[in-house]
Amino acid sequence: MSAQAQPNSYRTGPDERGHFGQFGGRFVAETLMPNILELEKAYEEARNDPSFHADMAYFSTHYIGRPSPLYFAERMTEHLGGAKIYFKREELNHTGAHKVNNVLGQILLARRMGKKRIIAETGAGQHGVATATLCARFGLECIVYMGAVDVERQKPNVFRMNMLGAKVVPVQSGTRTLKDAMNEALRDWVTNVADTFYCIGTVAGPHPYPAMVRDFQCVIGQETREQMMQAEGRLPDSLVACIGGGSNAIGLFHPFLDDKDVEIYGVEAAGHGLSNLHAASLSGGRPGVLHGNRTYLLMNQDGQIADAHSISAGLDYPGIGPEHAWLHEMGRVQYISATDDEALDAFQLCSRLEGILPALEPAHALAKVIELAPKKPKDHLMVVNISGRGDKDLFQIAEHLQEKIV
Amino acid sequence: MLKTQPMTQRIEARFQKCRAEGRAALVTYVMAGDPDPETSLAILKSLPKAGADIVEFGLPFTDPMADGPAIQAAGLRALKVGQDTVKTLDLIRRFRAEDQDTPVILMGYFNPIYVYGVDRFLNDAKDAGVDGLIVVDLPPEEDDELCLPALKAGLAFIRLATPTTDDKRLPAVLTNTAGFVYYVSITGITGAATPDFGKVATAVERIKRHTPLPVVVGFGVKSGAHAAAVAQGADGVVVGSALIDALKGTLDAEDRATAGSIEAVTKLVKELSEGVRSVAKRAAA
Repeated sequence: MSAQAQPNSYRTGPDERGHFGQFGGRFVAETLMPNILELEKAYEEARNDPSFHADMAYFSTHYIGRPSPLYFAERMTEHLGGAKIYFKREELNHTGAHKVNNVLGQILLARRMGKKRIIAETGAGQHGVATATLCARFGLECIVYMGAVDVERQKPNVFRMNMLGAKVVPVQSGTRTLKDAMNEALRDWVTNVADTFYCIGTVAGPHPYPAMVRDFQCVIGQETREQMMQAEGRLPDSLVACIGGGSNAIGLFHPFLDDKDVEIYGVEAAGHGLSNLHAASLSGGRPGVLHGNRTYLLMNQDGQIADAHSISAGLDYPGIGPEHAWLHEMGRVQYISATDDEALDAFQLCSRLEGILPALEPAHALAKVIELAPKKPKDHLMVVNISGRGDKDLFQIAEHLQEKIV
Repeated sequence: MLKTQPMTQRIEARFQKCRAEGRAALVTYVMAGDPDPETSLAILKSLPKAGADIVEFGLPFTDPMADGPAIQAAGLRALKVGQDTVKTLDLIRRFRAEDQDTPVILMGYFNPIYVYGVDRFLNDAKDAGVDGLIVVDLPPEEDDELCLPALKAGLAFIRLATPTTDDKRLPAVLTNTAGFVYYVSITGITGAATPDFGKVATAVERIKRHTPLPVVVGFGVKSGAHAAAVAQGADGVVVGSALIDALKGTLDAEDRATAGSIEAVTKLVKELSEGVRSVAKRAAA
């Protein structure tokens, strides 16, 4: 699909201005620019400081519980009758999702920078819970912005954040979902710029966030390489991950981008279908500028941002990380989509066959595994990232399946 | 063609006039299409008569990250009745047909302009009679996107300087700035806190050491007294959220304009204008 020249490596981006091809950049108000430059410098220093990596390693092992297992999903494999399916079990991390990998990195960085007040946006609440958790651990003030619609559909996570001592602010502006939570977090940051660290939950936002968050999530793919070498003596043949902003996906994909034989699939949320309400920015959007970066966005002809829809609050975002937009245009990653109904079916199949309740987000990835795996030979090794656990979604799933949880 | 002079000259001429009168300029902001296109045009036309020297017209956007609740709601009201960039430029064209002298500044966010197409936008904006642009989410680091093409097209690109813009960064912010410099009085969003006017005066002095351009101050100015306080040191005073609040107070339950809508805005503009005019400044050369 790509007419562009292929680079020698897909892993060298972004450039010094934060660009992945035409995507990325630093589209923020002047008030924030000094902070963003300060963050870029602090991250650069931390990245080259062995003591920062030592802290990361210590807390990853003893607090998050890494490495997460690479698990052979035997019954799912038998059921689908094709590729040999492995689950990367990010749902077993402390706080129940991959989000904590990134939050650990950013909170350790915030400590180095002497910032005492942490703000975050959250959709499904997984990033909010991870941020609240590490703020509790390190004694930092934590404010989480969450769309009022999401507060309603993700009540268990709101309660968890409250228990962890965070303040959850329901956002009533705009469509009252993740994009508005991000607007509100940016408004907070612009107001409290001196003492506040903005802990962004995905590979979006102004440079250096997309690269920094990716770096913190790459542990997923690095472990997967080693674990697959141990299990099978070779690299996997394909990778599958769901994409809202795209942090769990880039974390799995990035260490494999230059392994040309590895097929890579990113699964967007097709909601009610691509001709209807959905959240598939690459499949149904076009390039624009929002939240500090140029990327693919769902919007109308006038550049007004459209309402995204997904059953999964974590995928309900009208944009996508700029590196994914670039990988899409380069044709290195194939971006496909799964509907709400396909995700619900996959959720049930995985729960019953493997005894693992995936979150609705990775249920989208599983939906495409169900479609792709039967077409592959039995020696095809397919890894799917189970980026979070489904407990937070049970009430919502019950509602969709019209079952009462008493 | 309506254009009788190059675009940035209209801004320069207006500041010269204010300076000759020994006072600061009053800059007003209202949202295009709020609460409907015709009312917003009627308001725009009424502003110079009520004492505004320069008018800023907001380009509505769904996700205004640097704006407080008043301007957020104004943008959504405009979008709800179908306002878009094409219609906004049409309103400016109609304003310009009757008023050749008052500078018009379009203020908003980059995405609607980017989607419209930068070259096409600059061409159409200039043709409609726009003099300058303020685009909140384009810092100097992104000058290639719109700032440089705008300057080339003869439109002023007016930059925001903020309390976080230190002396080291200020030259980068002032390079490629044209028309005037907009000093944001607080770290924060529009319509929120009222600034410490003493600190604002110090900041304006600091910026003026780095540039010959006029420095105007906005964010948090709500009354004639505030305007007078800012006018002590600054070359201009910007008021936006307070005007939008005044308008909103007159809308009916369905957010429609009522008989008192336009007057509510002009009444406040008159007060602000008196505030600005109450401060005599040394007539500079």
